[in-house]
Amino acid sequence: MSVLILAEHDGHTLKQATYRAVTAAQHWQLPVHVLVAGHTTAAIAQEAAAIQGVAQVIQVDAAVLAHPLAEDIADLLVRAGGDHTVILAAHTAFGKNVLPRVAALLDVAMLSDVVTIVGPKTYVRPIYAGSIYATVESIDALQVLTIRASSFAAASVSPGNAAPIVMMDVSTTTAHVRWLGQVHNVSERPELASARVVVSGGRSLGSAEKFQVVLAPLAEKLDAALGATRAAVDAGFAPNDIQVGQTGTVVAPELYIAVGISGAVQHTAGMKDSKVIVAINHDADAAIFQVSDYYLVADLFETVPALTEALG
Amino acid sequence: MKILVAVKRVVDYNVKVRLKPDGSDVDIAGAKMGINPFDENAIEEALRLKERGHVSEVVAVTLGMAACQDVLRHALAMGADRAILVETDVLLQPLGIARLLKAVVEREQPDLIILGKQAIDDDAGQTGQMLAALLGVGQGTFISAVDVHEGEVHVTREVDGGTETLALRLPAVVTADLRLNEPRYVKLPNLMMAKKKPIQTYQAVDFGIDASPHLKQLTVANPPTRKPGIKLDSVQELVEKLRTEKKVIG
Repeated sequence: MSVLILAEHDGHTLKQATYRAVTAAQHWQLPVHVLVAGHTTAAIAQEAAAIQGVAQVIQVDAAVLAHPLAEDIADLLVRAGGDHTVILAAHTAFGKNVLPRVAALLDVAMLSDVVTIVGPKTYVRPIYAGSIYATVESIDALQVLTIRASSFAAASVSPGNAAPIVMMDVSTTTAHVRWLGQVHNVSERPELASARVVVSGGRSLGSAEKFQVVLAPLAEKLDAALGATRAAVDAGFAPNDIQVGQTGTVVAPELYIAVGISGAVQHTAGMKDSKVIVAINHDADAAIFQVSDYYLVADLFETVPALTEALG
Repeated sequence: MKILVAVKRVVDYNVKVRLKPDGSDVDIAGAKMGINPFDENAIEEALRLKERGHVSEVVAVTLGMAACQDVLRHALAMGADRAILVETDVLLQPLGIARLLKAVVEREQPDLIILGKQAIDDDAGQTGQMLAALLGVGQGTFISAVDVHEGEVHVTREVDGGTETLALRLPAVVTADLRLNEPRYVKLPNLMMAKKKPIQTYQAVDFGIDASPHLKQLTVANPPTRKPGIKLDSVQELVEKLRTEKKVIG
């Protein structure tokens, strides 16, 4: 009887989403175990062991896991999952890829993108692009779910906490998939999912060049991550991995600045839990104003540089 | 090479879905229905692979009521060669769908199975990964590119912070992201011609597979709303509010 969390890391440190998953896991009032799988994971396992509320860390260390594949991680979770009543991960590209595979291997349903844990088998999760929240109950003995990281606070680090670390080996690895390579979008900006401030742009920016010229100085001044709407991504103004919305990344920063964004549900579903929302749009009827704290009906090409300037 | 594309009939993405007065479920009676947008990307990619000479046949499949034929007609009008309807009145959820699709895959023996990365109604995003698990094959999720090689496909996946490229030995399951392609428009003559293409119907019960739901929807509600915003007149006023009232900037 315990909760097993699939940790997410970048090869050096845990992603903030994992700290938030630890908070979500406390709802069951069961011991929380964290699976850290990768190559040279000793430091990451120790980091996980120091999180308040973690009872055990399962460390898997193998060169073949340097670029983890869903097939291999799912097998590890199934092998590690024997006594667990809950298997949980954050609803990130990594978690979304692995957990449905785990659920199917274990012959249970899965809950995606849970925003509230109501009871041990009852959850609230968004449907229809976040325009509706459904309360759903599972009949399975074993619960497999991903949680929306921004809906849960990050668990704190407790220097006194040093949960035991147990090693698990890799038995076999998949013969079906080979990792070929990766491309990291180079950005000096903070990571979108965990940034304190996010500056996002919509299609009104007009071009990829203007997207950067107008928004980057403001983002830099605020040490903010850059985000974009799906329309801006589809128009080629911004890379897909900075898309904020139901089908992109869901964010909840302290401050969200929406520039030239109309406010489609698809987008607002991904940012409306931000603490303070500011919108700048020339259209006085823009739907984004309905979810913002403050808004300016103004030309963004004049207003954003003026705002950047005014921040000193 | 043969490709199976799984598609889903969903409420059209332009429709604002409402709640039933008792809050038990969404009210979609009479709502305009259509093919799930990500599934359109899946069909489009299968057709492009066929047009590049890699593929001999594209088969579309869906599961559900007889009315689901309309999304198969859409797939056929786009250019799929034939279609399969697995008919059932049972409420289908991803695990049940994956189990039924596995039975279709065993009959059809496709080399590549393409699905949309998620459906825009339940937003679960699970079926492709579940199907890959049940088939014991490799998966490529959220793909923005696919290339055919000897006995395998190379896929580019959209991941946090960039992209990842994988080689998947065939047979394999991939799920389409919006960036994979721009689906073609369906022209009226094609829609007419699609009516002549065959749709094969199976009854789900004949598969002898348990596809019953594991999840019970208790209630639905509108998400918490924010108070409408305050209109400000100047950048200076905005900076002042953020600095002194909300204290979110230094």
